Amino acid sequence: MTERRGVDARWWRATGLAAAAALLLQGRPAAAADPADPKPVTAKSTVADKGGAPPPAEPLISANAPPFSEGIFPCSGCHDPKDPPNTRRRELSFHDEQQSVLSHGEGRWCLDCHDARNRDELHLTSGELVPFTESYRLCGQCHGAKYRDWKVGVHGKRVGQWNGAKTYFLCVNCHNPHTPRFKGVKEVVVDGRTVVTPTLTLIHPMPRPRRPEENHP
Amino acid sequence: MSHPQLPVVEPEAEAGHDPGRRALLQATAAGAAIASLSACGVDVEAFFRKHFRELSPEELKRTIAKIEADEKQRFGKAVHVGTQGPMPGVFFGYGLDLSRCIGCRRCVYACVKENNQSRADPQIQWIRVLQMDKEHGVDLSHAEIYYEPETVPQPDKFYFPVQCQQCRDPPCVKTCPTQATWKEPDGIVVIDYDWCIGCRCCMAACPYGARHFNLATPTLPAEELNPEQHYLGNRPRPKGVVEKCTFCIQRTRQGRYTACVEVCPVGARKFGNLLDPESEIRKVMETKRVFVFKEELATHPQFYYFYAT
Repeated sequence: MTERRGVDARWWRATGLAAAAALLLQGRPAAAADPADPKPVTAKSTVADKGGAPPPAEPLISANAPPFSEGIFPCSGCHDPKDPPNTRRRELSFHDEQQSVLSHGEGRWCLDCHDARNRDELHLTSGELVPFTESYRLCGQCHGAKYRDWKVGVHGKRVGQWNGAKTYFLCVNCHNPHTPRFKGVKEVVVDGRTVVTPTLTLIHPMPRPRRPEENHP
Repeated sequence: MSHPQLPVVEPEAEAGHDPGRRALLQATAAGAAIASLSACGVDVEAFFRKHFRELSPEELKRTIAKIEADEKQRFGKAVHVGTQGPMPGVFFGYGLDLSRCIGCRRCVYACVKENNQSRADPQIQWIRVLQMDKEHGVDLSHAEIYYEPETVPQPDKFYFPVQCQQCRDPPCVKTCPTQATWKEPDGIVVIDYDWCIGCRCCMAACPYGARHFNLATPTLPAEELNPEQHYLGNRPRPKGVVEKCTFCIQRTRQGRYTACVEVCPVGARKFGNLLDPESEIRKVMETKRVFVFKEELATHPQFYYFYAT
Protein backbone atom coordinates (compact mmCIF):
# COMPACT_ATOMS: atom_id res chain seq x y z
CA MET A 1 0.00 0.00 0.00
CA THR A 2 2.87 2.34 0.83
CA GLU A 3 4.29 1.51 -2.57
CA ARG A 4 0.99 2.41 -4.20
CA ARG A 5 0.74 5.70 -2.31
CA GLY A 6 4.17 6.61 -3.73
CA VAL A 7 3.03 5.88 -7.24
CA ASP A 8 -0.16 7.90 -6.70
CA ALA A 9 1.74 10.84 -5.33
CA ARG A 10 3.96 10.87 -8.39
CA TRP A 11 0.91 10.65 -10.65
CA TRP A 12 -0.69 13.61 -8.92
CA ARG A 13 2.50 15.62 -9.06
CA ALA A 14 2.79 14.94 -12.77
CA THR A 15 -0.85 15.94 -13.24
CA GLY A 16 -0.33 19.07 -11.21
CA LEU A 17 2.72 20.07 -13.23
CA ALA A 18 0.93 19.49 -16.50
CA ALA A 19 -2.03 21.54 -15.27
CA ALA A 20 0.30 24.34 -14.19
CA ALA A 21 1.99 24.26 -17.58
CA ALA A 22 -1.38 24.43 -19.30
CA LEU A 23 -2.26 27.43 -17.10
CA LEU A 24 0.93 29.24 -18.00
CA LEU A 25 0.65 28.51 -21.70
CA GLN A 26 -3.01 29.34 -22.15
CA GLY A 27 -3.56 31.89 -19.42
CA ARG A 28 -6.54 29.89 -18.22
CA PRO A 29 -7.43 29.06 -14.65
CA ALA A 30 -6.11 25.61 -13.82
CA ALA A 31 -8.94 23.26 -14.58
CA ALA A 32 -9.14 20.21 -12.42
CA ALA A 33 -9.70 18.13 -15.54
CA ASP A 34 -7.13 15.53 -16.35
CA PRO A 35 -4.88 17.21 -18.91
CA ALA A 36 -4.86 13.97 -20.87
CA ASP A 37 -8.56 14.54 -21.43
CA PRO A 38 -8.95 17.44 -23.86
CA LYS A 39 -12.69 17.85 -23.28
CA PRO A 40 -13.25 21.22 -21.59
CA VAL A 41 -15.79 21.94 -18.92
CA THR A 42 -18.95 22.47 -20.89
CA ALA A 43 -20.88 24.96 -18.80
CA LYS A 44 -21.33 28.31 -20.47
CA SER A 45 -19.74 31.40 -19.05
CA THR A 46 -21.61 34.37 -17.72
CA VAL A 47 -19.75 37.50 -18.57
CA ALA A 48 -20.53 41.10 -17.95
CA ASP A 49 -20.07 42.93 -21.20
CA LYS A 50 -21.60 45.92 -22.95
CA GLY A 51 -19.74 48.83 -21.56
CA GLY A 52 -19.02 47.13 -18.26
CA ALA A 53 -15.57 46.15 -17.14
CA PRO A 54 -13.07 45.61 -19.93
CA PRO A 55 -14.09 42.16 -21.11
CA PRO A 56 -11.67 39.54 -19.80
CA ALA A 57 -9.65 37.84 -22.52
CA GLU A 58 -10.85 34.28 -21.97
CA PRO A 59 -13.64 34.01 -19.43
CA LEU A 60 -13.32 30.31 -18.99
CA ILE A 61 -15.01 28.45 -16.23
CA SER A 62 -13.07 25.78 -14.48
CA ALA A 63 -14.24 23.30 -11.92
CA ASN A 64 -12.87 22.70 -8.49
CA ALA A 65 -11.03 19.40 -8.00
CA PRO A 66 -13.17 16.40 -7.07
CA PRO A 67 -12.71 15.63 -3.36
CA PHE A 68 -11.03 12.23 -3.49
CA SER A 69 -9.69 10.62 -0.33
CA GLU A 70 -5.93 10.60 0.11
CA GLY A 71 -4.25 8.26 -2.36
CA ILE A 72 -7.49 6.79 -3.70
CA PHE A 73 -7.22 7.99 -7.30
CA PRO A 74 -6.60 6.63 -9.92
CA CYS A 75 -8.88 3.71 -9.13
CA SER A 76 -7.13 1.60 -11.76
CA GLY A 77 -4.23 1.52 -9.32
CA CYS A 78 -6.12 -1.27 -7.54
CA HIS A 79 -8.79 -2.19 -10.09
CA ASP A 80 -6.62 -3.63 -12.82
CA PRO A 81 -8.50 -3.10 -16.11
CA LYS A 82 -7.37 -6.56 -17.18
CA ASP A 83 -9.19 -8.22 -14.28
CA PRO A 84 -12.74 -9.32 -15.12
CA PRO A 85 -15.06 -7.05 -13.10
CA ASN A 86 -17.34 -8.60 -10.52
CA THR A 87 -20.64 -6.85 -11.13
CA ARG A 88 -22.64 -8.85 -8.58
CA ARG A 89 -24.38 -6.74 -5.92
CA ARG A 90 -22.70 -7.61 -2.64
CA GLU A 91 -21.29 -6.24 0.57
CA LEU A 92 -17.85 -4.74 -0.14
CA SER A 93 -14.94 -5.33 2.16
CA PHE A 94 -12.82 -2.36 0.99
CA HIS A 95 -15.18 0.49 0.09
CA ASP A 96 -17.33 -0.22 3.12
CA GLU A 97 -17.14 3.40 4.30
CA GLN A 98 -18.98 4.49 1.17
CA GLN A 99 -21.34 1.56 1.18
CA SER A 100 -22.19 1.98 4.86
CA VAL A 101 -23.38 5.55 4.35
CA LEU A 102 -25.01 4.95 0.96
CA SER A 103 -28.29 6.79 1.06
CA HIS A 104 -29.10 8.07 -2.39
CA GLY A 105 -32.48 7.11 -3.72
CA GLU A 106 -33.87 3.58 -3.79
CA GLY A 107 -31.80 0.49 -4.59
CA ARG A 108 -28.76 2.38 -5.85
CA TRP A 109 -25.57 0.44 -6.36
CA CYS A 110 -21.93 1.43 -7.08
CA LEU A 111 -21.95 0.42 -10.73
CA ASP A 112 -24.98 2.59 -11.51
CA CYS A 113 -22.49 5.47 -11.66
CA HIS A 114 -19.00 3.96 -11.50
CA ASP A 115 -17.91 2.18 -14.65
CA ALA A 116 -16.96 -1.47 -14.25
CA ARG A 117 -14.59 -1.54 -17.22
CA ASN A 118 -12.93 1.85 -16.77
CA ARG A 119 -12.69 2.44 -13.04
CA ASP A 120 -11.12 5.87 -13.48
CA GLU A 121 -14.32 7.23 -14.98
CA LEU A 122 -18.04 7.31 -14.37
CA HIS A 123 -20.75 6.52 -16.88
CA LEU A 124 -24.08 8.05 -17.83
CA THR A 125 -27.16 5.87 -18.21
CA SER A 126 -26.42 5.94 -21.95
CA GLY A 127 -23.11 4.23 -21.25
CA GLU A 128 -21.09 7.29 -22.21
CA LEU A 129 -18.04 7.67 -20.00
CA VAL A 130 -17.53 10.89 -18.04
CA PRO A 131 -14.40 11.79 -16.08
CA PHE A 132 -14.72 12.54 -12.37
CA THR A 133 -14.07 16.20 -13.16
CA GLU A 134 -17.37 16.30 -15.10
CA SER A 135 -19.47 14.34 -12.64
CA TYR A 136 -22.11 17.11 -12.77
CA ARG A 137 -23.27 15.65 -16.09
CA LEU A 138 -24.02 12.42 -14.30
CA CYS A 139 -25.88 14.20 -11.48
CA GLY A 140 -27.78 16.27 -14.04
CA GLN A 141 -29.39 13.16 -15.53
CA CYS A 142 -31.83 13.02 -12.62
CA HIS A 143 -31.47 16.47 -11.04
CA GLY A 144 -32.25 18.46 -14.15
CA ALA A 145 -33.69 21.55 -12.46
CA LYS A 146 -30.72 21.84 -10.11
CA TYR A 147 -28.35 21.25 -13.02
CA ARG A 148 -29.91 24.12 -14.98
CA ASP A 149 -29.65 26.41 -11.94
CA TRP A 150 -26.04 25.35 -11.37
CA LYS A 151 -25.05 26.09 -14.96
CA VAL A 152 -26.25 29.70 -14.71
CA GLY A 153 -24.82 30.16 -11.23
CA VAL A 154 -28.04 30.21 -9.21
CA HIS A 155 -27.37 26.90 -7.43
CA GLY A 156 -23.98 26.15 -5.96
CA LYS A 157 -20.93 28.22 -5.42
CA ARG A 158 -18.47 30.07 -7.63
CA VAL A 159 -15.36 32.00 -6.77
CA GLY A 160 -13.26 34.36 -8.86
CA GLN A 161 -14.51 37.25 -10.97
CA TRP A 162 -18.15 38.31 -11.13
CA ASN A 163 -17.44 39.67 -14.61
CA GLY A 164 -14.94 37.11 -15.81
CA ALA A 165 -13.16 33.84 -15.12
CA LYS A 166 -14.56 31.93 -12.23
CA THR A 167 -14.22 28.54 -10.65
CA TYR A 168 -17.30 26.39 -10.16
CA PHE A 169 -17.66 23.98 -7.34
CA LEU A 170 -18.73 20.52 -8.50
CA CYS A 171 -21.88 18.96 -7.05
CA VAL A 172 -19.61 16.56 -5.17
CA ASN A 173 -17.60 19.37 -3.54
CA CYS A 174 -20.65 20.01 -1.35
CA HIS A 175 -22.79 16.87 -1.63
CA ASN A 176 -21.29 13.49 -0.87
CA PRO A 177 -22.60 11.52 -3.86
CA HIS A 178 -23.12 8.46 -1.68
CA THR A 179 -25.22 10.38 0.85
CA PRO A 180 -26.09 13.62 -0.89
CA ARG A 181 -28.18 15.49 1.69
CA PHE A 182 -26.13 18.59 2.54
CA LYS A 183 -24.60 18.70 6.03
CA GLY A 184 -21.59 20.98 5.74
CA VAL A 185 -18.28 21.40 3.95
CA LYS A 186 -14.65 21.70 4.94
CA GLU A 187 -11.38 22.39 3.18
CA VAL A 188 -8.90 19.54 3.21
CA VAL A 189 -5.47 19.07 1.68
CA VAL A 190 -5.41 15.84 -0.26
CA ASP A 191 -2.34 14.75 -2.18
CA GLY A 192 -0.92 18.25 -1.91
CA ARG A 193 -3.94 20.19 -3.19
CA THR A 194 -6.65 21.96 -1.27
CA VAL A 195 -10.14 20.76 -2.08
CA VAL A 196 -13.55 21.46 -0.64
CA THR A 197 -15.19 18.30 0.54
CA PRO A 198 -18.58 17.57 2.13
CA THR A 199 -18.74 16.60 5.78
CA LEU A 200 -20.89 13.78 7.09
CA THR A 201 -22.04 15.86 10.06
CA LEU A 202 -23.45 19.35 10.57
CA ILE A 203 -20.88 22.10 11.19
CA HIS A 204 -20.39 24.45 14.16
CA PRO A 205 -21.30 28.10 13.83
CA MET A 206 -18.65 30.78 14.35
CA PRO A 207 -18.82 32.70 17.66
CA ARG A 208 -21.86 34.86 18.29
CA PRO A 209 -21.38 38.63 18.36
CA ARG A 210 -20.84 40.28 21.72
CA ARG A 211 -23.83 41.58 23.53
CA PRO A 212 -23.77 45.37 24.05
CA GLU A 213 -22.98 44.96 27.76
CA GLU A 214 -19.93 42.84 26.85
CA ASN A 215 -18.31 45.68 24.88
CA HIS A 216 -16.00 47.87 26.95
CA PRO A 217 -14.79 50.72 24.82
CA MET B 1 -40.18 87.35 42.73
CA SER B 2 -37.37 89.30 41.15
CA HIS B 3 -34.66 87.88 38.89
CA PRO B 4 -31.05 88.66 39.66
CA GLN B 5 -29.60 91.25 37.32
CA LEU B 6 -27.90 89.50 34.37
CA PRO B 7 -24.81 91.05 32.80
CA VAL B 8 -25.72 92.71 29.54
CA VAL B 9 -23.32 92.72 26.59
CA GLU B 10 -23.14 96.10 25.03
CA PRO B 11 -23.90 95.54 21.32
CA GLU B 12 -21.54 98.30 20.22
CA ALA B 13 -18.77 97.40 22.69
CA GLU B 14 -16.34 96.20 20.01
CA ALA B 15 -17.25 98.73 17.39
CA GLY B 16 -14.37 100.99 18.05
CA HIS B 17 -11.69 98.26 18.00
CA ASP B 18 -8.92 98.14 15.47
CA PRO B 19 -9.82 95.66 12.66
CA GLY B 20 -6.19 94.59 12.38
CA ARG B 21 -6.17 93.56 16.01
CA ARG B 22 -9.36 91.59 15.42
CA ALA B 23 -7.85 89.62 12.52
CA LEU B 24 -4.82 88.91 14.64
CA LEU B 25 -7.04 87.63 17.45
CA GLN B 26 -8.94 85.41 15.02
CA ALA B 27 -5.74 83.96 13.59
CA THR B 28 -4.44 83.31 17.08
CA ALA B 29 -7.68 81.60 18.03
CA ALA B 30 -7.53 79.41 14.94
CA GLY B 31 -3.94 78.53 15.71
CA ALA B 32 -4.88 77.63 19.25
CA ALA B 33 -7.75 75.50 17.98
CA ILE B 34 -5.44 73.58 15.65
CA ALA B 35 -2.91 73.14 18.43
CA SER B 36 -5.59 71.78 20.74
CA LEU B 37 -6.88 69.46 17.98
CA SER B 38 -3.41 68.15 17.53
CA ALA B 39 -3.00 67.76 21.28
CA CYS B 40 -6.22 65.71 21.36
CA GLY B 41 -4.66 63.21 18.95
CA VAL B 42 -6.64 64.39 15.93
CA ASP B 43 -4.83 64.10 12.61
CA VAL B 44 -4.85 67.78 11.60
CA GLU B 45 -4.15 67.04 7.94
CA ALA B 46 -7.09 64.63 7.79
CA PHE B 47 -9.27 67.09 9.73
CA PHE B 48 -8.83 69.74 7.04
CA ARG B 49 -8.83 67.29 4.12
CA LYS B 50 -11.19 68.15 1.27
CA HIS B 51 -14.21 65.98 0.50
CA PHE B 52 -13.29 62.99 -1.65
CA ARG B 53 -15.33 64.29 -4.56
CA GLU B 54 -13.68 67.70 -4.43
CA LEU B 55 -10.09 66.53 -4.39
CA SER B 56 -8.23 67.31 -7.60
CA PRO B 57 -6.20 64.44 -9.08
CA GLU B 58 -3.05 66.09 -7.70
CA GLU B 59 -4.49 66.52 -4.23
CA LEU B 60 -5.83 62.97 -4.29
CA LYS B 61 -2.39 61.64 -5.12
CA ARG B 62 -0.85 63.55 -2.22
CA THR B 63 -3.64 62.45 0.11
CA ILE B 64 -3.24 58.78 -0.80
CA ALA B 65 0.51 59.02 -0.29
CA LYS B 66 -0.09 60.53 3.14
CA ILE B 67 -2.60 57.84 4.13
CA GLU B 68 -0.33 55.05 2.93
CA ALA B 69 2.63 56.51 4.79
CA ASP B 70 0.59 56.90 7.99
CA GLU B 71 -0.59 53.30 7.76
CA LYS B 72 2.93 52.06 7.12
CA GLN B 73 4.04 53.82 10.26
CA ARG B 74 1.11 52.54 12.31
CA PHE B 75 1.05 48.92 11.13
CA GLY B 76 4.60 48.42 9.91
CA LYS B 77 3.62 47.15 6.49
CA ALA B 78 3.05 48.55 3.04
CA VAL B 79 -0.56 49.07 2.03
CA HIS B 80 -2.27 50.05 -1.18
CA VAL B 81 -5.17 52.49 -0.95
CA GLY B 82 -7.13 52.45 -4.19
CA THR B 83 -9.56 55.07 -5.46
CA GLN B 84 -10.99 53.17 -8.39
CA GLY B 85 -14.29 54.62 -9.53
CA PRO B 86 -17.41 52.83 -10.71
CA MET B 87 -17.28 50.84 -13.94
CA PRO B 88 -19.56 52.26 -16.63
CA GLY B 89 -22.61 50.12 -17.35
CA VAL B 90 -22.44 48.37 -14.02
CA PHE B 91 -25.12 48.47 -11.34
CA PHE B 92 -24.50 45.95 -8.62
CA GLY B 93 -27.06 43.53 -7.29
CA TYR B 94 -26.75 41.04 -4.47
CA GLY B 95 -28.79 37.91 -3.90
CA LEU B 96 -29.09 35.86 -0.76
CA ASP B 97 -30.72 32.44 -0.87
CA LEU B 98 -32.62 31.97 2.38
CA SER B 99 -33.35 28.35 1.54
CA ARG B 100 -29.60 27.63 1.59
CA CYS B 101 -28.14 29.74 4.42
CA ILE B 102 -27.25 27.56 7.42
CA GLY B 103 -26.34 30.39 9.80
CA CYS B 104 -22.70 29.35 10.20
CA ARG B 105 -21.47 33.01 10.37
CA ARG B 106 -18.47 32.32 8.10
CA CYS B 107 -19.47 35.44 6.15
CA VAL B 108 -19.37 37.62 9.27
CA TYR B 109 -15.75 36.81 10.00
CA ALA B 110 -14.58 36.84 6.39
CA CYS B 111 -16.04 40.35 6.17
CA VAL B 112 -14.36 41.49 9.39
CA LYS B 113 -11.02 40.28 8.06
CA GLU B 114 -11.39 41.64 4.55
CA ASN B 115 -12.67 45.03 5.63
CA ASN B 116 -10.40 45.75 8.60
CA GLN B 117 -13.18 46.00 11.15
CA SER B 118 -12.45 46.54 14.82
CA ARG B 119 -12.02 43.14 16.44
CA ALA B 120 -13.05 43.93 20.00
CA ASP B 121 -13.84 46.94 22.17
CA PRO B 122 -15.61 47.99 20.09
CA GLN B 123 -16.45 44.81 18.20
CA ILE B 124 -17.76 45.78 14.78
CA GLN B 125 -19.40 43.33 12.39
CA TRP B 126 -21.03 44.57 9.23
CA ILE B 127 -23.02 41.35 8.75
CA ARG B 128 -25.56 40.27 11.33
CA VAL B 129 -27.09 36.81 10.98
CA LEU B 130 -30.57 36.56 12.44
CA GLN B 131 -31.96 33.20 13.46
CA MET B 132 -35.70 33.07 12.86
CA ASP B 133 -38.47 30.54 13.39
CA LYS B 134 -39.77 28.71 10.35
CA GLU B 135 -43.11 28.84 12.10
CA HIS B 136 -43.19 32.65 12.04
CA GLY B 137 -41.35 33.35 8.80
CA VAL B 138 -39.45 36.61 8.33
CA ASP B 139 -40.50 38.31 11.53
CA LEU B 140 -38.12 40.52 13.49
CA SER B 141 -40.05 39.96 16.69
CA HIS B 142 -38.93 36.33 16.51
CA ALA B 143 -35.29 36.96 15.58
CA GLU B 144 -32.19 36.13 17.56
CA ILE B 145 -28.63 37.21 16.73
CA TYR B 146 -26.87 35.70 19.74
CA TYR B 147 -27.74 32.09 18.89
CA GLU B 148 -24.97 29.63 19.66
CA PRO B 149 -26.07 26.02 19.22
CA GLU B 150 -23.55 23.21 18.90
CA THR B 151 -24.38 22.72 15.23
CA VAL B 152 -26.24 24.62 12.52
CA PRO B 153 -28.77 24.66 11.02
CA GLN B 154 -31.16 23.98 13.89
CA PRO B 155 -34.39 22.24 12.95
CA ASP B 156 -37.38 24.61 12.80
CA LYS B 157 -35.04 27.58 12.35
CA PHE B 158 -33.86 29.51 9.33
CA TYR B 159 -31.17 32.13 9.05
CA PHE B 160 -31.44 35.65 7.72
CA PRO B 161 -28.17 37.55 7.26
CA VAL B 162 -28.53 41.34 7.18
CA GLN B 163 -25.98 43.87 5.98
CA CYS B 164 -26.13 47.19 4.12
CA GLN B 165 -28.88 46.84 1.53
CA GLN B 166 -27.36 49.58 -0.71
CA CYS B 167 -30.75 51.24 -1.06
CA ARG B 168 -31.59 53.13 -4.21
CA ASP B 169 -33.27 55.72 -2.00
CA PRO B 170 -31.00 55.57 1.05
CA PRO B 171 -32.35 57.28 4.17
CA CYS B 172 -28.83 57.44 5.60
CA VAL B 173 -27.66 59.61 2.71
CA LYS B 174 -30.65 61.92 3.05
CA THR B 175 -29.98 62.50 6.71
CA CYS B 176 -26.22 63.07 6.66
CA PRO B 177 -25.59 66.73 7.56
CA THR B 178 -22.11 66.86 6.02
CA GLN B 179 -22.64 64.85 2.82
CA ALA B 180 -20.05 62.43 4.11
CA THR B 181 -22.06 59.53 2.71
CA TRP B 182 -23.48 59.21 -0.79
CA LYS B 183 -24.54 56.71 -3.43
CA GLU B 184 -22.12 55.97 -6.22
CA PRO B 185 -23.26 55.37 -9.83
CA ASP B 186 -22.69 51.60 -9.48
CA GLY B 187 -25.05 51.62 -6.52
CA ILE B 188 -22.62 51.38 -3.62
CA VAL B 189 -23.36 53.70 -0.71
CA VAL B 190 -19.97 54.92 0.48
CA ILE B 191 -18.62 57.03 3.33
CA ASP B 192 -15.80 59.58 3.30
CA TYR B 193 -14.43 58.86 6.77
CA ASP B 194 -12.70 62.23 6.88
CA TRP B 195 -16.00 64.03 6.49
CA CYS B 196 -18.02 61.94 8.92
CA ILE B 197 -18.54 63.96 12.09
CA GLY B 198 -19.88 60.99 14.03
CA CYS B 199 -23.33 62.46 14.63
CA ARG B 200 -24.89 59.04 13.93
CA CYS B 201 -27.97 60.49 12.25
CA CYS B 202 -27.44 57.90 9.51
CA MET B 203 -27.51 55.10 12.06
CA ALA B 204 -30.81 56.35 13.36
CA ALA B 205 -32.15 56.63 9.82
CA CYS B 206 -31.07 53.18 8.61
CA PRO B 207 -33.91 50.68 9.04
CA TYR B 208 -31.53 47.73 8.68
CA GLY B 209 -29.06 48.43 11.49
CA ALA B 210 -26.38 48.29 8.84
CA ARG B 211 -24.25 51.20 10.08
CA HIS B 212 -21.77 50.82 12.90
CA PHE B 213 -19.98 53.41 14.99
CA ASN B 214 -16.36 53.41 16.15
CA LEU B 215 -17.03 54.42 19.72
CA ALA B 216 -13.33 53.98 20.47
CA THR B 217 -10.21 53.67 18.37
CA PRO B 218 -10.69 50.42 16.43
CA THR B 219 -8.55 47.50 17.54
CA LEU B 220 -6.89 46.07 14.47
CA PRO B 221 -3.87 43.78 14.87
CA ALA B 222 -1.13 44.70 12.38
CA GLU B 223 -0.69 41.10 11.27
CA GLU B 224 -4.38 40.89 10.38
CA LEU B 225 -4.51 44.17 8.43
CA ASN B 226 -5.73 43.70 4.87
CA PRO B 227 -3.29 45.85 2.89
CA GLU B 228 -5.44 45.92 -0.25
CA GLN B 229 -7.71 48.86 0.51
CA HIS B 230 -10.04 51.46 -0.97
CA TYR B 231 -10.36 55.09 0.11
CA LEU B 232 -14.14 54.73 0.46
CA GLY B 233 -14.03 51.18 1.76
CA ASN B 234 -11.84 49.16 4.03
CA ARG B 235 -9.02 51.57 4.90
CA PRO B 236 -8.64 51.66 8.69
CA ARG B 237 -11.12 54.04 10.26
CA PRO B 238 -10.38 56.54 13.01
CA LYS B 239 -12.33 56.76 16.23
CA GLY B 240 -15.69 58.51 16.02
CA VAL B 241 -16.81 57.64 12.49
CA VAL B 242 -19.52 55.44 11.07
CA GLU B 243 -18.79 52.51 8.78
CA LYS B 244 -20.76 49.92 6.81
CA CYS B 245 -20.70 47.25 4.10
CA THR B 246 -19.52 48.59 0.74
CA PHE B 247 -20.02 45.38 -1.29
CA CYS B 248 -16.24 44.99 -0.82
CA ILE B 249 -15.66 48.01 -3.07
CA GLN B 250 -11.91 47.25 -3.15
CA ARG B 251 -12.68 43.83 -4.67
CA THR B 252 -15.83 44.30 -6.73
CA ARG B 253 -14.52 47.30 -8.64
CA GLN B 254 -11.68 45.04 -9.72
CA GLY B 255 -14.21 42.49 -10.97
CA ARG B 256 -13.83 40.14 -8.02
CA TYR B 257 -16.59 38.63 -5.91
CA THR B 258 -17.11 39.99 -2.40
CA ALA B 259 -15.44 38.21 0.52
CA CYS B 260 -18.79 36.96 1.86
CA VAL B 261 -19.71 35.43 -1.50
CA GLU B 262 -16.39 33.61 -1.69
CA VAL B 263 -16.49 32.24 1.84
CA CYS B 264 -20.13 31.12 1.97
CA PRO B 265 -19.89 27.33 2.28
CA VAL B 266 -23.36 26.74 0.85
CA GLY B 267 -23.24 29.13 -2.09
CA ALA B 268 -26.18 31.10 -0.75
CA ARG B 269 -24.68 34.44 -1.76
CA LYS B 270 -24.90 35.72 -5.34
CA PHE B 271 -23.40 38.85 -6.78
CA GLY B 272 -23.31 40.50 -10.15
CA ASN B 273 -24.29 43.27 -12.53
CA LEU B 274 -28.03 43.95 -12.63
CA LEU B 275 -27.63 45.45 -16.10
CA ASP B 276 -26.18 42.24 -17.55
CA PRO B 277 -29.00 39.84 -18.48
CA GLU B 278 -26.58 36.89 -18.31
CA SER B 279 -25.40 37.63 -14.77
CA GLU B 280 -26.13 35.31 -11.87
CA ILE B 281 -28.18 37.94 -10.07
CA ARG B 282 -30.39 38.48 -13.11
CA LYS B 283 -30.95 34.74 -13.45
CA VAL B 284 -31.98 34.68 -9.81
CA MET B 285 -34.41 37.55 -10.28
CA GLU B 286 -35.92 36.03 -13.39
CA THR B 287 -36.39 32.48 -12.11
CA LYS B 288 -36.75 32.58 -8.32
CA ARG B 289 -39.06 34.01 -5.69
CA VAL B 290 -37.36 37.25 -4.74
CA PHE B 291 -38.16 39.87 -2.12
CA VAL B 292 -36.50 42.83 -0.46
CA PHE B 293 -36.32 43.40 3.27
CA LYS B 294 -38.76 45.98 4.68
CA GLU B 295 -40.19 46.65 1.26
CA GLU B 296 -42.89 48.83 2.81
CA LEU B 297 -40.29 51.51 3.63
CA ALA B 298 -39.60 52.08 -0.08
CA THR B 299 -35.85 52.17 0.37
CA HIS B 300 -35.57 50.04 -2.79
CA PRO B 301 -32.58 47.90 -1.82
CA GLN B 302 -30.12 46.48 -4.30
CA PHE B 303 -29.91 43.50 -1.96
CA TYR B 304 -32.41 40.74 -2.74
CA TYR B 305 -33.44 37.76 -0.67
CA PHE B 306 -34.72 34.74 -2.52
CA TYR B 307 -35.79 31.14 -2.15
CA ALA B 308 -34.23 28.83 -4.70
CA THR B 309 -36.40 25.90 -3.63
